[in-house]
Amino acid sequence: MSTFKISTKSMLAATAMLAVMAPLGLSAKTLVYCSEGSPENFTPAINTTGTSFDAARPVYDKLVEFSRGTTSVEPGLAESWNVSADGLEFTFKLRKGVKFHAVKDFKPSRDFNADDVLWSFNRQWKADHPYHKVSGGKYDYFGDMDMEKLLKSVTKVDDYTVKMVLNEPNAPMLANLAMDFMAIHSAEYAEFMTKKGTPEKFDQEPVGTGAFSFVAYQKDAVIRFKKNAAYWGEKAQVDDLVYAITPDPTARYSKLKTNECQFMAYPRPADLPEMMKDKNLKVINQSGLNIAYLAFNVQKAPFDKKEVRQAINHAIDRNAIIKDVYLGSGQVAKNLIPPTMWSFNDNTKDYAFDPAKAKELLAKAGVTTPVEFDLWYMPVQRPYNPNAKRIAEMMQADLEKVGVKAKLVTFEWGEYRKRAQQGEHQMAQLGWTGDNGDPDNFFFLRGCSGARPGGQNITKWCNKEFDDMLVKARALTDMKERAKLYAKMQEIQKDEAPDITVAHSVVFEVMRANVSGYKQSPLGGHDFRGVDVK
Amino acid sequence: MFFFFLRRLALTIPTFIALMFVTFVAIRLVPGDPVEVRVGERGISPERLAYFRKEMGLDQPIWKQFLDYVWQLLHGDFGTSVVTNEKILKEFLALFPATIELSLFAILFATLIGIPAGVIAAVNRGKLFDHVLMGSALTGYSMPIFWWGLVLIMLVSEKMGLTPVSGRIDLVKYYFEPVTGFMLIDSLLSDQKGAFLSVLHHMALPTIVLGTVPLATTARMTRSSMLEVLGEDYVRTARAKGLPPSRVIGLHALRNALIPVITVIGLQIGGLMAGAVLTETIFSWPGVGKWLIESIFRRDYPALQGGIMLISMIVIFINLLVDMLYGAVNPRIRHAH
Repeated sequence: MSTFKISTKSMLAATAMLAVMAPLGLSAKTLVYCSEGSPENFTPAINTTGTSFDAARPVYDKLVEFSRGTTSVEPGLAESWNVSADGLEFTFKLRKGVKFHAVKDFKPSRDFNADDVLWSFNRQWKADHPYHKVSGGKYDYFGDMDMEKLLKSVTKVDDYTVKMVLNEPNAPMLANLAMDFMAIHSAEYAEFMTKKGTPEKFDQEPVGTGAFSFVAYQKDAVIRFKKNAAYWGEKAQVDDLVYAITPDPTARYSKLKTNECQFMAYPRPADLPEMMKDKNLKVINQSGLNIAYLAFNVQKAPFDKKEVRQAINHAIDRNAIIKDVYLGSGQVAKNLIPPTMWSFNDNTKDYAFDPAKAKELLAKAGVTTPVEFDLWYMPVQRPYNPNAKRIAEMMQADLEKVGVKAKLVTFEWGEYRKRAQQGEHQMAQLGWTGDNGDPDNFFFLRGCSGARPGGQNITKWCNKEFDDMLVKARALTDMKERAKLYAKMQEIQKDEAPDITVAHSVVFEVMRANVSGYKQSPLGGHDFRGVDVK
Repeated sequence: MFFFFLRRLALTIPTFIALMFVTFVAIRLVPGDPVEVRVGERGISPERLAYFRKEMGLDQPIWKQFLDYVWQLLHGDFGTSVVTNEKILKEFLALFPATIELSLFAILFATLIGIPAGVIAAVNRGKLFDHVLMGSALTGYSMPIFWWGLVLIMLVSEKMGLTPVSGRIDLVKYYFEPVTGFMLIDSLLSDQKGAFLSVLHHMALPTIVLGTVPLATTARMTRSSMLEVLGEDYVRTARAKGLPPSRVIGLHALRNALIPVITVIGLQIGGLMAGAVLTETIFSWPGVGKWLIESIFRRDYPALQGGIMLISMIVIFINLLVDMLYGAVNPRIRHAH
C-alpha cells in the first residue's frame, strides 16, 4: 500500500512538472541574435572587444547606466548620488533588495550591497586583491580611462552607501562608471569560486544582477541567457536570449532571412540596399560615436603654418570619399565629435572643397609647388574607416591637382600607431571610437598633454586657449557650462585646422520586422533589455 | 609488421622537432604581438607594454622562449591562451569533436560516392557517363570552397528552404549540455525527440561543401587506377575464365585498384583541415579550423603553436595509420622494408 502511495505521489509530481515544463517549452519566447564571434570571457573589466562586452552585457548592471539608446547617465545599482561642491566626493546610495542570479551550483545567500561595489573596484585597482591576477589580470579600460590616477579612495559608509573620492575633479567620471568595465560583480560568488578552487571560472560562468542570467556557453557556437524574472529594472520581454555565433556576415544575413535569427550583428554595407527593400526586415541606423581624421604634424614645416593646413582642408573632396569608400554608410565630419553628441557646435564653418582657394592659401604661405609630403594610411580596417588606403589614394589624387605630391606610407598596425604617436609623419590618417559618450573623451585627442612625443595627439598641436578650456571643462559638473566651452573649442579647432575631420561612419542594425523595442546605442554595443519578438 | 610500425613511428620524431621549430618561428615573423593587437587607437604606455610582455614571457630572448616552449611541451603542457586564459588542450578538446564529426562525414561522403563513381566511369571509359563524371570531378576539384558554400546556402537554404543555413542544431528547440562533444552522439544521449535529426539536417550542407574536393579527387583517382588495373593480365585471365563482370571488377580489379586510392584518401584527411577552416567559418561550425584562424588575428601564440602541434600530431598519426593499412592491403610493401 505504501509503495502504491509513493508511486502515486511521484506520478503526480511528474505530471505536475510536465504540466509546468510543457508550456515553457512551447510558448517560451526566444530572441536569437546572430553575433559575430566568441567572447574572450564574461568579465568586461579584463576584455577589450565589443564582442566580449556584448556577451556580458545581459548579465551585469553598473552603479549607473547609460539610458538605453543614449549616452546620458541614469541610476543603475546606485539609485541616487551626490557630488560635493568641489567635485571631488561622490556619495552613492545603493538600491536595496537587488538579487544576484542563482546559477547551476551557486545560490546567493544575500542581496547586493556595498561589498560588491568595493570588490568590483578593487579587483581592477589593487594589486593585492585576491582576484587581481586571475585570468591574466589585464585591466585595459581601468587603466585607459585613467581610473588609477583619478581615484583616491572608494569606501563603504554603510551596507547601502559608498563614497568615492577623486584626486582631481573629473566630470566624465560618472560616464566612466556606466561603461562595461565597471560592471558590478558578486563578492560572494568570487569567494565561492575561490573555495571551490576554480577562481578562473568566475570569469567564464558569470553571475550578475542584470536583466538576463547566464545559462551556458559553447565556444564558437552559442551563448544562452534566460530572463531574470526578479530583475529590479526594465524587465526582459523574451524568456530566452540566444547568441548564435555566426562569424561570416553573409551567413548571418542568410540566417536572418530564413528567420533562424531575428537580429544580426554588423551587416555588410554592400548588403544594405537589398536589406532595406526586404519587407520582412527592419533596418535602422545612427551616426557612430567615432571620427576618422587626417592629422597634420604641426611640428613639421610647412604644417606649422595654419594656411598650409587650411589649404589641404580645401583641397580634399570629402563628399567623394563618403560616396566611394563609405558607400553611403558615412557622413562628412564637420567637427571632431559627431552631431549626436551633446555640445556639438553646428555653427562652425567647415572648409568647402575648393582647389583654387587651396592653391591661393599655399602660395600665401610661401609654399612653392610642386612639393612632396608623405601621407600615411593605416594597414587595417577600423570601425570609422573601411579602407584607409583607398582614402589615401583619393586624397593623393585631389592633392595632385593643387600641386602637392603625396607619397603614400604605411606600416604594420602596431608600428603605425607607435610612429604616428612619436610624430614621425607629416600627414597621417587615424581615428577614434568614443568610450563613454562624453565630449572630453574626444577632445583630449587634441590636448597638450597628448602632444608630447609618444602621446595620443598625433597632430602634436598644442593650443593654449583650447587646452585651458579642455582642462576647465573636465573639472566642471554643470553640463551647460561645459557645453559652452566645448562649443568654443570646436571653433578654435576648425580655424586652426590641426587636422581634417574626414568622416563619421554610420552604424546600421538589421532585424526581423517583428522585433520591437530595440534602441540603437550610440556607443555601438548591443543591448536586448526591453526587446520583444511579436 | 611490428618493426615496420616502429620504424615508421621513429621517423615521426624529426618531423615533430622540425614542426615545433617552424611553427614557433613562423608565428613570430608575422608583425605585431599579442599585446599590440589588444591595443587600439589609444596606444599603450611603454611601462604597461613592458609589463604585459614580461607577463607573457615575450621579453625573453627568442631562443629562451623556444627552449621554454619545448620544455613545456615535453611535460605535455600546450600552454595557456593569452586571449581567453584557458588551457590550450582544453580549448582544443572542446572544439575538436566538431571538426572530426564534420571531416568524418565529408570523407565518408567522398568515399561512398567517389569510389563507385570512379569505377563506373572506368568501366564505361569514353562513354557519355565517363565524360560527364570526369567533367564534374574537374569542376568539383577546382571549386573555391567559400564560394561553393555560399552558393549552396543561397540555393538550398534560402531559396528552397531545405536545410538550415548554419550551426549544428536548432538552438531554439533543443538544448543539452555537451557530453562527448560529438553532436550526433550527444543528441541521442539527450533523449530529446528530433534532436538527432536536427543535427543530421544541419550537417548536410557542410558535409557536401567539405566533401566536394575529396570526392572529386577520389573519383578521378579510382577511375585512373581502375583503368590501369583493368588492362592487367590477371584481369584478362579472370575474364577468360568466364567469371561474371561483377566479380572481375568488384573483386579482382577493384581490390588492387584501391591501394593508391587509400593513400590518396589518407592524404586528403590532412588536406581536409585546410578546407575545414573555410567550411567552419561559413557554416558557423565550432571546430578547430576557425579557432586557429582567429588565433592568428589575435596573435595568440600559445593557441596557434599548440593548435598546430596537436593537429600535426593527428595528421601524422593518420598517415601512419594509412601506411599500416597500406601495408596490410599490400604485403609487398611490408616485405620490401
